[in-house]
Amino acid sequence: MIEAGYNFGYLDENTKRMIRRALLKAVALPGFQVPFGSREMPLPYGWGTGGIQVTASVLGPDDTLKVIDQGADDTTNAVSIRRFFGRVAGVATTEKTEEATVIQTRHRVPEAPLQEGQILVYQVPMPEPLFRLEPRVAETKRMHALADYGLMHVKLYEDIARHGAVTTSYNYPVLVNGRYLMSPSPIPAFDNPKLHRMAALQLFGAGREKRIYAVPPYTDVRSLDFEDHPFVPVRADAACVICGSRSSYLDELIVDDTGKRAFVCSDTDYCASRPPLEEEAA
Amino acid sequence: MSDALMQASGLTLRFGAVAALDDVALEIHPGEVVAIVGESGSGKTTLLRVLAGMMAPASGQVLYAGEDVHAMGESARRRLMRSEWGFVHQNPRDGLRLRVSAGGNVGERLMAAGARHYGGIRAEAIEWLKRVEIDPARIDDMPEKFSGGMQQRLQIARTLVTQPKLVFMDEPTGGLDVSVQAKLLDLIRALVAELGLAVLIVTHDIAAARLLAHRILVMRRGQVVEQGLVDRVLDDPQHPYTQLLVSSVLAA
Repeated sequence: MIEAGYNFGYLDENTKRMIRRALLKAVALPGFQVPFGSREMPLPYGWGTGGIQVTASVLGPDDTLKVIDQGADDTTNAVSIRRFFGRVAGVATTEKTEEATVIQTRHRVPEAPLQEGQILVYQVPMPEPLFRLEPRVAETKRMHALADYGLMHVKLYEDIARHGAVTTSYNYPVLVNGRYLMSPSPIPAFDNPKLHRMAALQLFGAGREKRIYAVPPYTDVRSLDFEDHPFVPVRADAACVICGSRSSYLDELIVDDTGKRAFVCSDTDYCASRPPLEEEAA
Repeated sequence: MSDALMQASGLTLRFGAVAALDDVALEIHPGEVVAIVGESGSGKTTLLRVLAGMMAPASGQVLYAGEDVHAMGESARRRLMRSEWGFVHQNPRDGLRLRVSAGGNVGERLMAAGARHYGGIRAEAIEWLKRVEIDPARIDDMPEKFSGGMQQRLQIARTLVTQPKLVFMDEPTGGLDVSVQAKLLDLIRALVAELGLAVLIVTHDIAAARLLAHRILVMRRGQVVEQGLVDRVLDDPQHPYTQLLVSSVLAA
């Protein structure tokens, strides 16, 4: 049931069309940032205004929506966006990755491999991968146009020279389809390999910066690196205390006043889908 | 017709009532060092910027290896700028990234040209720091911490690392004290001879021009008033302005 007084998916039809046009352009040019007329949404910037507009534009009445925030289905951002679309679009919602047709995510890619026909919508705070290196937007546009990405490698060089390794652990820059440098949004570098030739369509929305970009299914997404310092996805060397997983991405928690630490899966759906550890094993 | 690396003809550019370039023609051959001298405001730097494609002339054309520099499109020009050309700015702060280490500064052009081997880039950077007489131990230091002369030498290393064919230098010794200037001139002269570079150097320092250049152009109010071999022009100036310029040089 859609709440009275709202158009399907909150946005009016013309706005959705405008966003869909931007999305089509973005899919046609993988990794290229398409400007769009971002609308004011009933949530603050930084909470997913870009992602929510993209979701609203691609959602149909038969879709099943899943929303995750840092991998979790039960945190504020995830719960409120899921409830929002339940009210203004009346679509079915789920916490199961396999059941969802549209997944809006903040800063994680689900552990379960995504399938053809699924759409992954990322919330992006800063779409420009070069912005910390080159403050002039006009200049970064020119660098993208001319594929002049030496500067990004200078940053990686500096990391290795100073710290012995690339220290970027999230928002790790990728080259899409061998052409455009792209920010994968602040997902952990651990998730970067999942973007490469993913079966699902990946859409990225940045509301405050008014940019949309996309990675179509089965597109090459390479993390930048050096031949003698290859890209390494980082993961805490521990097992989840709930399900015992040694392969999923982990969150580190402080569990008591003495500073005792524990690791749990960041993807709550993945964790819940596995048999819990026996008491004595934990 | 000729084997010139760069050929310019009929260059004209005005800033309001001021003629910055008035029908200037010029040729540079491979391995040749050409100095452009003249007083402030005579159009030297404008000429350099027009030749390097950083500024479009009102009329006239610049050919590099037979191709029109101003017609070739920005991406081709940028490719030239980071491979076959180099530009050394008067102020090293314009040519360096001050918050990137010395090694990163030297490596940037290599990485822009496609080098993706960290060890190789670093070895090359160390090699070039040695060539410009900077202690390789300072490879990870920020150029901000370097002296003016060191910054200028670092800028030269950064420019020459991709082995360009043609280097534009805009008053490379400006703002340095004389002993540092002398050392820098010596270094530039050695590198130019060793690498067989063609150099177009803008300076108001006649002595520097004599030391470095094979050929010299004297500019005044946007016109080339006299040109020829350095010793010929400086020892036997024909144009009254050149005579004035040569007689104004202070001897210590």
